[in-house]
Amino acid sequence: MDMMLHILAPELLLLASSMALLVGDTFWEKRYPALTFQLALVSLVMIVGVILATFSTESVQLFNGGFIRDGVADVLKVSMLLMTVVVFVFARDYLLVRGIERGEYYVMGMISLLGMMVLASAYDMVSLFMGLEIMSLALYAMIAMHKNSSTAVEAAIKYFVLGAMATGLLLYGMSLIYGVVGSLRLDQIYQAVSIAEPTLVLSMGLVFVIVGLSFKFGIAPFHMWVPDVYHGSPTGITIFLAAAPKIAAFALMFRLLIEGLESTIVEWQSLLIILAVVSLLVGNIVAIAQTNLKRILAYSAISHMGFVLMGFIAGNIDGYAAAMFYVVIYGLMSIGAFGVILALSRHGFEADNIADLAGLGRRNPLMALIMLVLLLSMAGVPPLVGFYAKLVILTQLVEVGMVSLAVFAVVMSIIGAFYYLRVIKAMYFDEPAADMMDAGFATVSLRYGLMMVGALVLVLGILPNGMLSLFAQVMMY
Amino acid sequence: MSDVLQLSDVLVFGAVLFVLSLAGIFLNRKNLIIILMSIELMLLAVNTNFIAFSSYQGNMHGQVFVFFILTVAAAEAAIGLALLVLLFRNKHSINVDDLSEMKG
Repeated sequence: MDMMLHILAPELLLLASSMALLVGDTFWEKRYPALTFQLALVSLVMIVGVILATFSTESVQLFNGGFIRDGVADVLKVSMLLMTVVVFVFARDYLLVRGIERGEYYVMGMISLLGMMVLASAYDMVSLFMGLEIMSLALYAMIAMHKNSSTAVEAAIKYFVLGAMATGLLLYGMSLIYGVVGSLRLDQIYQAVSIAEPTLVLSMGLVFVIVGLSFKFGIAPFHMWVPDVYHGSPTGITIFLAAAPKIAAFALMFRLLIEGLESTIVEWQSLLIILAVVSLLVGNIVAIAQTNLKRILAYSAISHMGFVLMGFIAGNIDGYAAAMFYVVIYGLMSIGAFGVILALSRHGFEADNIADLAGLGRRNPLMALIMLVLLLSMAGVPPLVGFYAKLVILTQLVEVGMVSLAVFAVVMSIIGAFYYLRVIKAMYFDEPAADMMDAGFATVSLRYGLMMVGALVLVLGILPNGMLSLFAQVMMY
Repeated sequence: MSDVLQLSDVLVFGAVLFVLSLAGIFLNRKNLIIILMSIELMLLAVNTNFIAFSSYQGNMHGQVFVFFILTVAAAEAAIGLALLVLLFRNKHSINVDDLSEMKG
């Protein structure tokens, strides 16, 4: 019993604190409006502390193999928790101004985070499914929190319908795999699949699973919801959607495809190559036609997910570690980019069009500089960390002999650089509209937070090896 | 599996339900409630599959999974209907074609 609590401690603490805040918030909502926010931050930081204190690269299983705690899970959980802390700090002011800063935002964020943590630790298909649903159901409700905004509700409905369908496809695939293997546990699936002859039913299950995953991940050609959801949701919620759930999606893909079905790599590799190529095409080319910054970032998310897929395609431990590095770095960069949009928005005004950034270099040099660093990093310009993340993925691809795919990815990145540069051009070379006010409304915490994100992107770009070798090391076990 | 009912019969039944629900989501251009019904139908098709395979494999794992899916389906329906109410308040319509404020 002692052992169990120590393994499950992060999830149990998060569950307990989110439930306590849900109840407590109704009592202190009027008298201490900031208390829920503060307590949420305290509990998230405390959980990070608990994970770090009990960190080990050894893997321990619980619940008859339904739950695993290993290095990969711990690293993913810590990055999700830290990102959620940053998101809560960044989003608070934006939500306050719009009158949607309720305790429920933090509570649902935490419940969604609980789902992601379960996903990171799931070791059979039931817990994978439960983690996925805890995460998604909380996200649907969060998007619809701005209930008088018809775009937010529209975004929530679109996300809900496609998310539920993705779940259905994923489950159908899981049922076929269960039918072949006779077990839901990933390690037993791994054993059974590696000795059995590949059958048609198994391949069908694999296809359904991958299509379901692609919907959840936002990979083209199953990406239709991504731009609408990013655009329609209030930016304070988009920033949450864009970071931690992507890491959770990586966890889902890693557990299912690598730990469960790695021996069918010949079959899923070719599927993933198609998906990655289409994602890079759609993400980089369609983005050129966009004028809305949130939509541009959504399309950039699609192309970044294509890069993450290429880490899986490489099919070795270093490739998976590179994909993990990429997805964490992507989360960091997108938090920064959406954070700048949050910082520039004010009451009744969303700074989400490229034209809204015109002349930002003179109106608010600090925000313009941070945005410049983040966009260049996303475009993959050295010495920023986005370049390094792309480099490690491409190195792995070249090492396993997929040179043409790597070349294609480089060409697509160059095309993609165009739309990042367009935003930069607007910031530094365009004249602002005459009625545009000074953009300096960000709170102190948001300003310093963004400066730290920008600095981190720069520092990690120069010294990425520590983080990368940690990721490679936890992947080994 | 009994002599009368083969595994393949149940699987075909599940597949038909699944395809019907997919068609309900993609072909339907009128009413969001039909989409919610299709989502439920899809999860039920999956449940049918799991039960069939569970009986075929001779273990209970699949049937246990079905209970989890049923629970989640209920929660999902609750959220879906809540979103539907919000949508109706905002747009006074639950027509799928009216969900097109954002494009591109």
